[in-house]
Amino acid sequence: MARNRKGAVAASMAAFALLVAACSGNGGTTPTTDPTTDTPTGSETETNEPVEPVTIRWWHNGTGEPLNGLWADVAAEFEANNPGVTVEVEGFQNEELQRTLIPNALLSGDAPDLFQAWGGGEIRDQVAAGYLKDLTGLVDEELEAIGPKASGWQLDGKTYALPFTFGISGFWYNKDLFAEAGITATPTTLDELYDAIEKLKALGSAAPIAVGAGSGWPAAHYWYHFALKSCSVEALTAAQAELNFDDPCFVEAGELLGEFIASEPFNAGFLATSAQEGASSSAGLVATGNAAMELMGHWNAGVMGGILRDETGDENATPPEFLGWFNFPAIEGAAGDPTAALGGGDGFAVAKDAPDAAVDLLKYILSPEVQKRFGESGAGIPTHADAQDSITDPNLNLVQEGLASASYIQLWLDTSYGGVVGGAMNEAIVNFFGGQGSPQGIVDAMNAAKETL
Amino acid sequence: MTSLTQAGPTVPVGPAPTSHAKPRRRHGIKWLQIGMFSAPALIVYVGFVFVPVALAAYYSFFNWNGLGPLERFIGFDNYTRALTDPVFHTAVKNNFFVLIMSLLVQGPLALVVALMLNRRMRGRSVIRLLIFVPYIISEVIAGLAFRLILQAPPNPDTFGPFDAVLKAIGLGELRQLWLADPSIVMWTVFAVLTWKYLGFAILIMLAGLQGVPEELGEAAAIDGASWWQTQRHITIPLLGPTIRVWAFLSIIGSLQLFDMVALLVNGYGGPLNSAHTMATYMVLYGQNRQQIGFGSAVAVILFVISLTVALLYQRLALRRDLEGSLTGREG
Repeated sequence: MARNRKGAVAASMAAFALLVAACSGNGGTTPTTDPTTDTPTGSETETNEPVEPVTIRWWHNGTGEPLNGLWADVAAEFEANNPGVTVEVEGFQNEELQRTLIPNALLSGDAPDLFQAWGGGEIRDQVAAGYLKDLTGLVDEELEAIGPKASGWQLDGKTYALPFTFGISGFWYNKDLFAEAGITATPTTLDELYDAIEKLKALGSAAPIAVGAGSGWPAAHYWYHFALKSCSVEALTAAQAELNFDDPCFVEAGELLGEFIASEPFNAGFLATSAQEGASSSAGLVATGNAAMELMGHWNAGVMGGILRDETGDENATPPEFLGWFNFPAIEGAAGDPTAALGGGDGFAVAKDAPDAAVDLLKYILSPEVQKRFGESGAGIPTHADAQDSITDPNLNLVQEGLASASYIQLWLDTSYGGVVGGAMNEAIVNFFGGQGSPQGIVDAMNAAKETL
Repeated sequence: MTSLTQAGPTVPVGPAPTSHAKPRRRHGIKWLQIGMFSAPALIVYVGFVFVPVALAAYYSFFNWNGLGPLERFIGFDNYTRALTDPVFHTAVKNNFFVLIMSLLVQGPLALVVALMLNRRMRGRSVIRLLIFVPYIISEVIAGLAFRLILQAPPNPDTFGPFDAVLKAIGLGELRQLWLADPSIVMWTVFAVLTWKYLGFAILIMLAGLQGVPEELGEAAAIDGASWWQTQRHITIPLLGPTIRVWAFLSIIGSLQLFDMVALLVNGYGGPLNSAHTMATYMVLYGQNRQQIGFGSAVAVILFVISLTVALLYQRLALRRDLEGSLTGREG
């Protein structure tokens, strides 16, 4: 009996020890994803010898094709050109990456070396917490090729990330429906836009405009555009730098938006409509001919192509043939720069303690060669000046023209103001779409959110 | 208990020293064993429940965006902000709406169905299976399916899938923006929740009904009781403990409601923030807006509300049931 019991105790102790061992194993650093490589992680390498094996972890948001494949190729090429360097490249869903994975990785001290950066207020917090490498002086050549579009990824004159793509927002519209409704030219003024809406309503076969207010930001983009048209460049830059929304132009933007909403141009149930998921989303409504217009970023043609692929099961489905693009119309008598454009892009930042090879990889990503391939793939508009003629996609060409003619480029206001103020702003604007609140209420909500920073 | 302590004096009869030493060692080994076997569970419980709750309580006193060190202590500001936010009020109201409606609608409905299914009849097992299917279907699949079924039509002249069914049975007038109308969306959510969890309630009640002795029903039948009288005065009272446990599970589920709401209303909060629950509110304002301190404060409030409701319910409703189960072994 006694021996048996001792045996039992010993066995349970052994089991316990195993469990503790397992726990402590998990509690330590995450093992590298590839168990066959024994190379130390980047942060552990102290020497700059090129032969010394280095591993770079690279996180991006390109979960779909062509982007996922392109980044995988770029990583493989970089490995081939730099012996001893291993690049672990991985794509994650955008919001998950932005709101959960990167903040948690930064906080736990196990950050990837090269990762997605959204610019504006998003980067401000990461810089303030000292997580990003100051790239000033390391990427001068690239900065010059990108031009003013890089400003969203700079702070106090220092560069913390580089955008590899940048595009602007405008109206995507159905040429066939416009022709059927008797709209001969794309609207260049707000009055012409109202006129087009009336004609489309009279036609009756589709909602004049689809808006994915259920996703929040697509509705908020209307307010951004009105703010861009009613605010001077000075007011916009003050808002971005100091979160100062005292200029009356921000209330004016809400008043213009109120008039626009009152013309009832949107699809039924827009408060629950999502932006990009399936045929019932706002992009899906336009792609399937159930809505005539959508105000959306440069990616929209690609999104519509994806929806059509899913809906029809046809792997080779392309964005609809009838698709056209025009810039947000000008408003007579408004204080803003009439050619100002609103947009955004994606960039990559380098972690503070990342090996030098991570900066080299970033430079390679922004080389004209890779940037041209990015443009040719149709994934978006490259930022490098020498890669601009690489775009073959006719829809992206339209956006590119709009971008080229813009004298002032404003980063998305929610990105620019950061998650807290930007989120409160979007929420207040969506509520305004739903008939709650006022133009002043939107500005009040932004100021209230600023207080909680 | 008293009779046992009085019987004590018989013990000292045996030879004292050896018998004293032996039980003590045995006692020690027993505790060691208890420790060994419960340690894994205890470590996991402390590590994944106690520590996070304590950390959340600590974070809740800071203004912290999740990056960098905890530096800006702001006392109870996060709590005041949550408790004075009308959106949070809506969220709490929605949680209690689901809680009360579940008890008032799902409970009686499940009981009636369970009583009917407890009788011998043709195809009983098929019906039981069908009723239980919604509960087995993954929450995400069910949520997305209902979002597609209940979505607004592309333009007002067409009908969404659910509205088309309504129209086909002559109820086309009832069509609504099921998920887009702030005054309707929570009712829609509740209807989907009922579809999803009714099977679970029925299953629990059916299991409880197996424990009701048939003899009682037979005796009542001999005394001339009708089927309804038998259910009303014998079966349902004996089903009490089962109903109370189901209600407890339902209450906790309602307070922590997250997944189905988040799936149905696309993004958190629904139209005009009308479909927030405390959990979606916490994720939106704490996690997505990167105000971890504020989110922690909301988590603590959710924890306190759940704990209070659970303790109250345990004291008031479950006490008799739990006493029975605990004293049963000793007696």
